[in-house]
Amino acid sequence: MVSALLAQSNSVWLPTDASTLAPEYDSLFYFVLWTSVVIFVGVVAAMVWFAYKYRRQSPDERPELVEESKLMEISWVVIPTILVLIVFTWGFRAFIKFGVAPPDAYQIDVRAQQWSWLFTYPDGTQSSELHVPVDRPVRLKMNSTDVLHSFAVPAFRIKQDVLPNRYSYVWFESTKTGTFKVYCTEYCGTQHSGMLADVVVQSQSDFEQWLQEAGTPEDMPLPELGQRVYQQQGCQACHSLDGSRMVGPTLQNAYGTERQFADGSSTVADENYLRQSILNPGERVVEGYQNVMPASYSSLSDRQVNALVAFIKEQSDAAEGTTAANSSQPPLQGSAAQ
Amino acid sequence: METAHKEASGVTKTEEAPNYLNHESGIWSWLTTLDHKRIGIMYAWAVAFFFLVGGLLALAVRMELFGPGETIMGPDAYNQTFTLHGIIMIFLFLVPATPAVLGNFVLPIQLGAKDVAFPRLNLASWYIYMIGAFTAIAAILLGDIDTGWTFYAPYSLQQGSAVIIMTASVFVIGFSSILTGMNMIVTIHKMRAPGLTWNRLPLFVWSIYATSIVQILATPVIGITMLLLIFEQVLQIGIFDPALGGDPILFQHFFWFYSHPAVYIMILPGFGIISELIATFSRHRVFGYRAIALSSVAIAMLGFLVWGHHMFVSGQSAVSSIIFSLITFLIGIPSGIKIFNWIATMYKGSIWLQTPMLYALSFLFLFTIGGLTGIVVGVLALDIHLHDTYFVVGHFHYVMMGGMVMALLGGVHYWWPKMTGRMYNETAGKIAVALIFVGFNLTFFSQLIMGTKGMPRRYYDYLEQFTALHQVSTIGSWILAAGLFLVMGYGLYSLVRGKKAPANPWGAATLEWTNVAAIPDPHNFKRTPLVTRGPYDFHLADEVFGGGDGAGDGAAVRAPDAAPPAPEPKTAQ
Ligand code: HEC
Ligand code: HEM
Ligand SMILES: [Cu+2]
Ligand SMILES: [Cu+2]
Repeated sequence: MVSALLAQSNSVWLPTDASTLAPEYDSLFYFVLWTSVVIFVGVVAAMVWFAYKYRRQSPDERPELVEESKLMEISWVVIPTILVLIVFTWGFRAFIKFGVAPPDAYQIDVRAQQWSWLFTYPDGTQSSELHVPVDRPVRLKMNSTDVLHSFAVPAFRIKQDVLPNRYSYVWFESTKTGTFKVYCTEYCGTQHSGMLADVVVQSQSDFEQWLQEAGTPEDMPLPELGQRVYQQQGCQACHSLDGSRMVGPTLQNAYGTERQFADGSSTVADENYLRQSILNPGERVVEGYQNVMPASYSSLSDRQVNALVAFIKEQSDAAEGTTAANSSQPPLQGSAAQ
Repeated sequence: METAHKEASGVTKTEEAPNYLNHESGIWSWLTTLDHKRIGIMYAWAVAFFFLVGGLLALAVRMELFGPGETIMGPDAYNQTFTLHGIIMIFLFLVPATPAVLGNFVLPIQLGAKDVAFPRLNLASWYIYMIGAFTAIAAILLGDIDTGWTFYAPYSLQQGSAVIIMTASVFVIGFSSILTGMNMIVTIHKMRAPGLTWNRLPLFVWSIYATSIVQILATPVIGITMLLLIFEQVLQIGIFDPALGGDPILFQHFFWFYSHPAVYIMILPGFGIISELIATFSRHRVFGYRAIALSSVAIAMLGFLVWGHHMFVSGQSAVSSIIFSLITFLIGIPSGIKIFNWIATMYKGSIWLQTPMLYALSFLFLFTIGGLTGIVVGVLALDIHLHDTYFVVGHFHYVMMGGMVMALLGGVHYWWPKMTGRMYNETAGKIAVALIFVGFNLTFFSQLIMGTKGMPRRYYDYLEQFTALHQVSTIGSWILAAGLFLVMGYGLYSLVRGKKAPANPWGAATLEWTNVAAIPDPHNFKRTPLVTRGPYDFHLADEVFGGGDGAGDGAAVRAPDAAPPAPEPKTAQ
């Protein structure tokens, strides 16, 4: 198709295409775009030409009446109607393809929450990055723990809102290895623009190897596991480790220091306090902050909570732990934190 | 024709005569006025104020996006800024602007009427609007509204009391909109001058008629929705909040059931203004008058059946999405037909490129882009990738600002002499159009491009790769602002120092120009006019011609007294 050819050579519009759905999307897009350009140029050319040709020559000029041409009127009703019916039908067929995942698709669960993504694999492995094998259909089953979010990967041309009260689904089959961006595209509050994730498309063997390593080895030391859970669960969207203030208080030197609460009471943060703050954050709200920390962490396993506590504990006076955790944050969140 | 020439002296005579501006004075005479013209002017001040505030907020939004990360404010401040920008521009500016300002001022005169059907109700609408506006200001001062103008649940339900006050304000303003719409419909049905049949109504009147239907039918829905949102937040009854067993998609249905028709409340009056401008400045009958008049009404009706095109990826059923997409296209066609008709009106006309006409041409250019991008996002598959990106932001700015605001600016320039009795500076006017046109395209075309590349909307921060396009957009916004401030500047100057306007500076053929003094009389007409021709029948409108010394200075226009005496109308139908 001509439009497909144009698509190849054009880089002004649309990002790289990396899924099986993208080429079809792009040819439809370019078809509509170029048809629009033709109509637009026609309209503007006629307008400019008339404005010049029939410009007023004398103040008293009194133009003749022009017969209305039925043929003209009919043609500009019929031709646009035909055109929109074509794009409607084409768009509708493609839409069905976007909506129906192949039955053999590999399923990954997605949890959206303010302001992070968590991907859970069939074997229970969890990750804040979406790793997928190339050339294999993948279906995401998505749910939100709080407000509306939307899962969008421009390179795959897909998007689907993520709702708190029901599952929604989206599928794709990637065609290129590489790293692409996931955006949250339904406004969800302060760090909406920081709610990004990477999709890493790998060969089947690389993917399997990653899955192996990403699974939590039984003997991983607690602070290290804690750091991993901290990233996966999106704690860094609200808490810094360098002392700066975000939506939540910094966790640098949180352990062992005096905490002031909104109700006027205070306590010195020990391990029990940290544990309670994670499992039941609404119980004691730190002074000067909103009670917005998700309650969903109460479903973390005991080992995960212990690991988090150990990791947070390390952020007090243990300087190396701090830098390590910091540099692994996505750059965007770092800059949004200022 | 000769008589027409002689009567030109009537123009100077009427300038000393009492007019609607000087026959009473003092602030109290304004606040208690029942004159539709004065009420229109009071709306104009209020609406212009909110346009200014909304515009400054927009500049702040664009400034923040000049680079990734923090530029001038933090994420919460940014989210509040774009939210207020949207709420102010939609609910306080664009929805009321044309029906309440130009509709109020011009429509009764175009009908040959003394006033609207219910003058007291008209004044009441203004007060209701002001109460709503002050409620909105209170909500802004309380702070922390960062839901976006769409108030999507459940996020909006978690945001505290300021949101309640803001939604209450939207609720109150809705009443003002309903009352104005009702007033206009009754006025159009009952107050037409003798001889002014439906086929002779100026297209501006038709467009306000269509708009009013939508206002009356759709606005109650936003009222109810906002009320439910308040109930939900205060009483926790579980309509929209999933935590209470409600459904957030339901909120979106309610919201768009109003807000899609609302986009027609915003654009339809623009269609009317453009028809007036193109006819007058081409001195031609509007091509396909009936098609334009009736397609406005058709759009108003079909506009109720497409709200779901805002929800293609929200999780609504695929079948509904397909139906909504089809109807969306059907509604695009009448809009396209209008464009073709306007262009055909220019064919073999006598085209005078004064500032209002330049706005009309800008409208044709920009609204065509707006409509075509509307078709793009109406295509089911294409919307998946484009929804909630800057492409949609570009689309609706091309229609709402490139379309409606251009039409409004054109209309304000066109009727400025009638409203104020003074001319604005034509050269400054042309420079401003040029700045606005260039600035607008820089600002929003770059947004269309970055949208297709995947840049999401309502993003405080963005990836490095979008920087260049965002910077073009921000620079464009400065040029656009320069143009608009220029308009404000010469507008204010014209109020004090402007040249006195003649009765019909543009050589137009509708009643407000041909039968009314330069500054209208408090009662508009000395005698009820008798209408004997269509609104754009220049070939029959001898009174507009014959001066020889410039159709543009109204020298040739007969004085208002000369209106053919009507047989005292008892039956205005
Ligand atoms: C949506 C933002 C958000 C996320 C995500 C979040 N928190 Fe919080 N967190 C807060 C806020 C706000 C507070 C302060 C108010 C309170 O005490 O509830 C807080 C308080 C805390 C405290 C008490 C801090 C103190 O200074 O006393 C700890 C510990 C904590 N969070 C740990 C975590 C951990 C661990 C995670 C990830 C598993 C996490 N938070 C994820 C927002 C968040
Ligand atoms: C040819 C006519 C039009 C078509 C086919 C059309 C189509 C659409 C579609 C499909 C969307 C949803 C896109 C998305 O969110 O993904 C949309 C959004 C929008 N349109 Fe239009 N539109 C048209 C004209 C207009 C007009 C005349 C206006 C206003 C004067 C308008 C204002 C808007 C607004 C405000 C939005 C975005 C709402 C939001 O999400 O905040 N549109 N349009
Ligand atoms: Cu989001
Ligand atoms: Cu719509």
